[in-house]
Amino acid sequence: MPEELYDVESNVPANPIEDLLRMDRIPHIWCPGCGIGTTVNCFVRALQTSGLDLDKVSVVSGIGCTGRVAGYMRLDSFHTTHGRAIPFATGLKLANPELKVIVYSGDGDLTAIGGNHFIHAARRNMDITVILINNMIYGMTGGQVAPTTPVGATASTTPHGNFEETFNLPFLAESCGAVYVARWTAHHVRHLTKSIKEAVAKKGFSFVEILAPCPTLFSRRNKLGDGLDQMEYYRDSSEIKNGADTKSVALDFQGKIIVGKFVDKVRPTYIEAMNNHYKAKYGDRYVPSDEMRKLNHA
Amino acid sequence: MVQAAEQTKKPKGSVIITAERCKGCGFCVEFCPPEVLELSAEYNSKGYHPPILAKRDQCTGCDICGMVCPDFAIYGYMIKKSNKEA
Repeated sequence: MPEELYDVESNVPANPIEDLLRMDRIPHIWCPGCGIGTTVNCFVRALQTSGLDLDKVSVVSGIGCTGRVAGYMRLDSFHTTHGRAIPFATGLKLANPELKVIVYSGDGDLTAIGGNHFIHAARRNMDITVILINNMIYGMTGGQVAPTTPVGATASTTPHGNFEETFNLPFLAESCGAVYVARWTAHHVRHLTKSIKEAVAKKGFSFVEILAPCPTLFSRRNKLGDGLDQMEYYRDSSEIKNGADTKSVALDFQGKIIVGKFVDKVRPTYIEAMNNHYKAKYGDRYVPSDEMRKLNHA
Repeated sequence: MVQAAEQTKKPKGSVIITAERCKGCGFCVEFCPPEVLELSAEYNSKGYHPPILAKRDQCTGCDICGMVCPDFAIYGYMIKKSNKEA
């Protein structure tokens, strides 16, 4: 590639994302047209403008294409076993409540094999942020049908089309007790960045679902073109409805997509509930774990 | 007259492209709000066509290309006023 094509001026700012990526691992493994890199871009920009102490942020991922994110981030990160990103994150948070723990994983990982962990972390209102990239199939293992595959879509294990009812993830998260629920697509980069910022700042179980194209396994098998065609579909078919009833936001195959911030409420987190309960029961005999840590460090 | 005025207009922003990292998905070209990018006819070493800034004077430096790029290969920046006058 002749470099004369790009006459780079001096005094230009460096690529903002490179501060938070392990550049020795780039280029990444994601396919051309995959939307996961786009969401990472938004995530990094959200973290940089959030004002958080990045030494106290940790990213936890499970297995899968999206599970690679933890490996690419230059933060304290944790690549866990399949489906168990949320239990590892829960342990991390309970052991050191000062940390901001962010789970970044895929739909197959978090809602299929890790489905139980997802609902219980939401029920307990564990103080973690869950960013779920929904590409509607199992990407890394070869495009098998997932709980998020729309009815009628073809996957490698459903060659005649899928007939199983699909998870409506914002409804699932809200009914289990999540305090912040939003859905965006990889096309809504500015909204998504703002939403991730809000979710990270929120106390309690915050959940952001992001639809992302999978050109190699979902789009190709369903004859939907490449990643760009899928992004154009997101642009043309999505409607922003903040505060919409999550019951009404289910996804169907290539149908309308309702995006927006659906839930933003306040509820005591797991640690707050535990501290209140034991304080009421044992009074001064109970010392919360973060105060105990301070005493130990003093 | 209008054309002459446009030609003398200083651009508000610009983009930096790391061509070797590009996988030619075309997101930046499609979603650039002022539509200043296009895929070049040249290839990078992996055989993809990276984007080039075709309408240099119309770039606003909004960084939408940087946010949609899945390969971290492009980003936009605003040109500071002091640079502009210099």
